[in-house]
Amino acid sequence: MPGILVVAEATEGEIAPISFELIGAAKQLSAEGGGNVSAVIAGDEALAQQLVAGGADQAFAATNPSLQSGLAEAYLPALNAAIQQSGADIVLLGQTSLGRDVGPALAFANQTAVAMDTVELKLEGGRLHATRNAYGGNARAQVSWKAPLQVATVKAKSFDAPEGVSGSGGVTAIAEGGDPTVKVLGKEKAETTGIRLEDAGIVVSGGRGLGDPSAFGLLEQLAATMKQAAVGASRAACDLGWYPPAQQVGLTGKTVSPNLYIAVAISGASQHMAGMAGSKNIVAINKDADANMVKVSKFAVVDDYKKVIPALIEEIKKLG
Amino acid sequence: MNIIVCVKQIPDPETPAASFKVDEAAKKVIPAQGIAPVVNPFDPQATEAALRLKDAAGGGTVTVISLGPDSARDAIKHALAMGADEGVLLSDPGFDGIDNFQTAVALAKAIEKVGEYDLILMGRQAADWDMGVVPAGVGQILGIPVVTVAKAIENSNGTLKVERVLDDGFQTVEVPTPAIVSISNEFGEPRYPQLRQIMLAAKKTVQVWSAADLGLDGDQTGAANRWLPLEALYVPKVESNVEIIEGDSPEEKAKNLAQKLRAAKLI
Ligand SMILES: Cc1cc2nc3c(=O)[nH]c(=O)nc-3n(C[C@H](O)[C@H](O)[C@H](O)COP(=O)(O)OP(=O)(O)OC[C@H]3O[C@@H](n4cnc5c(N)ncnc54)[C@H](O)[C@@H]3O)c2cc1C
Ligand SMILES: Nc1ncnc2c1ncn2[C@@H]1O[C@H](COP(=O)(O)O)[C@@H](O)[C@H]1O
Repeated sequence: MPGILVVAEATEGEIAPISFELIGAAKQLSAEGGGNVSAVIAGDEALAQQLVAGGADQAFAATNPSLQSGLAEAYLPALNAAIQQSGADIVLLGQTSLGRDVGPALAFANQTAVAMDTVELKLEGGRLHATRNAYGGNARAQVSWKAPLQVATVKAKSFDAPEGVSGSGGVTAIAEGGDPTVKVLGKEKAETTGIRLEDAGIVVSGGRGLGDPSAFGLLEQLAATMKQAAVGASRAACDLGWYPPAQQVGLTGKTVSPNLYIAVAISGASQHMAGMAGSKNIVAINKDADANMVKVSKFAVVDDYKKVIPALIEEIKKLG
Repeated sequence: MNIIVCVKQIPDPETPAASFKVDEAAKKVIPAQGIAPVVNPFDPQATEAALRLKDAAGGGTVTVISLGPDSARDAIKHALAMGADEGVLLSDPGFDGIDNFQTAVALAKAIEKVGEYDLILMGRQAADWDMGVVPAGVGQILGIPVVTVAKAIENSNGTLKVERVLDDGFQTVEVPTPAIVSISNEFGEPRYPQLRQIMLAAKKTVQVWSAADLGLDGDQTGAANRWLPLEALYVPKVESNVEIIEGDSPEEKAKNLAQKLRAAKLI
């Protein structure tokens, strides 16, 4: 019996949205003949129960405290136990800090490959085929696996969470955990004010072309005139220390798909697009008419942001 | 402190989308005209980390390894010009078209052949395939701990303190050596090699090891033996339907944009 194992994750006791997106992906594969959907999460049975309520056929609570480190070494024994008990031949993780660390280690430990950052999955003849971005998003690659176990990480916002379909199975506790050689000394949470970037309906992002970190204050003012808006940044702006790395949008940052994405002084490099190309409506504010961001946008203002943004804030306030 | 750094030569990841082309039949990227390949941007940062740790330890050897075509010599020379001591090129016709998993196997063999090391440094991911799997792979094969996506490393008497970049902040971990650490861009800018160093590096010999030198069998190399077979490679289509907002002044354009956004119920 084949099966799909979803590696779910939680932040501060709350299941992360990517976990339900993974269950959504797994249910699609299940409908294509992939077998049962199991889900595993580091935490107690009550937390794991929420995965069943969210659509998994059964769930595992990986209760060993070592897993709280979020590190591959601690996760591997529990995940291998979950693979064994569920009989899964497909393992899906999120393309998150956890998935980036655990996915490759899990694959190599099982002498198989992992496809990172997949955006489409399909089952053909009982075997998985995945599509993923490569070359910063300039190319798409379709891949399959040679070994029996198929491991993939899935990009955020690539699949919808299942709706109103609770599973019927139970929750099993898994006690396995490592005595990791990598020890966690501490964690520093990035300061976030207001709505989370990934949950925002509107994202205003700034790039290197802002020329000066204080311009992010202006973007925050713009965001404040709109409902459900958050401020993001390009990697170039983050690397310059103008905005925290946790607010970086792109291939190596956050994936967002808001209804409205306003890119201010961002050129639209493929690696930035990889994190926001799914936005429903893109607005570019850029002084270069040939910038890629202008080409992919719905509306573009080709001018100096220093003049455009203050006037935009004024006008939006006036419109009320 | 003896450190091994793995560096990869890749097509320039800043190649504009318009110049990026793929040979769909061969499932390969066509090198863009006039755009030279570069060292994977995270790898000079790994080299920088190695040089600083060696200095802090008061000595040791930094050995650079690259698997790739003959041109990958340039990636090694770049690291030597930065200050690395030794270079090894893994070169074999059987390496053409292999995947990240086969690469990890070959690199692990090469690292065992180098022999003595306290630390292996790599980039968080190679910006060609954007996988980020080789560090974990080499760690699993060699049976040593791996710490991924690091922005800072400190060494005190064989124990490393590593700061990792997470989705929602930072995490500090401690790991005994020997270990593997992969470096992220938050580490900061690497040093830029000076002309004199570039000239000295040009004179250094780079050892070349073949698949046979590494003890690899025929079924471990070659595109046909990929762990993750590549079924298709193509450039996704992007359409441009942009409406450039008109106006006589930036202020008027801003006003018109606000009204368009309101009319489209986007704000
Ligand atoms: C492996 C890898 C991963 C990466 N991951 C990411 C990632 O996750 N996220 C990311 O963003 N990048 C990422 N990058 C970097 C990416 O390739 C680009 O270098 C980066 O996105 C460029 O940022 P930018 O658009 O802010 O800067 P630039 O490309 O320098 O663009 C600045 C823009 O501002 C405009 N401008 C200048 N002045 C003004 C003005 N006064 N008014 C209006 N417009 C103005 C310019 O016309 C230009 O278009 C990655 C790169 C690699 C190799
Ligand atoms: N062909 C290669 N030669 C040397 N090092 C490599 C090679 N491929 C990957 N690496 C190392 O592994 C890191 C991650 O690469 P990857 O897992 O392929 O994304 C890179 O930043 C390099 O440090």
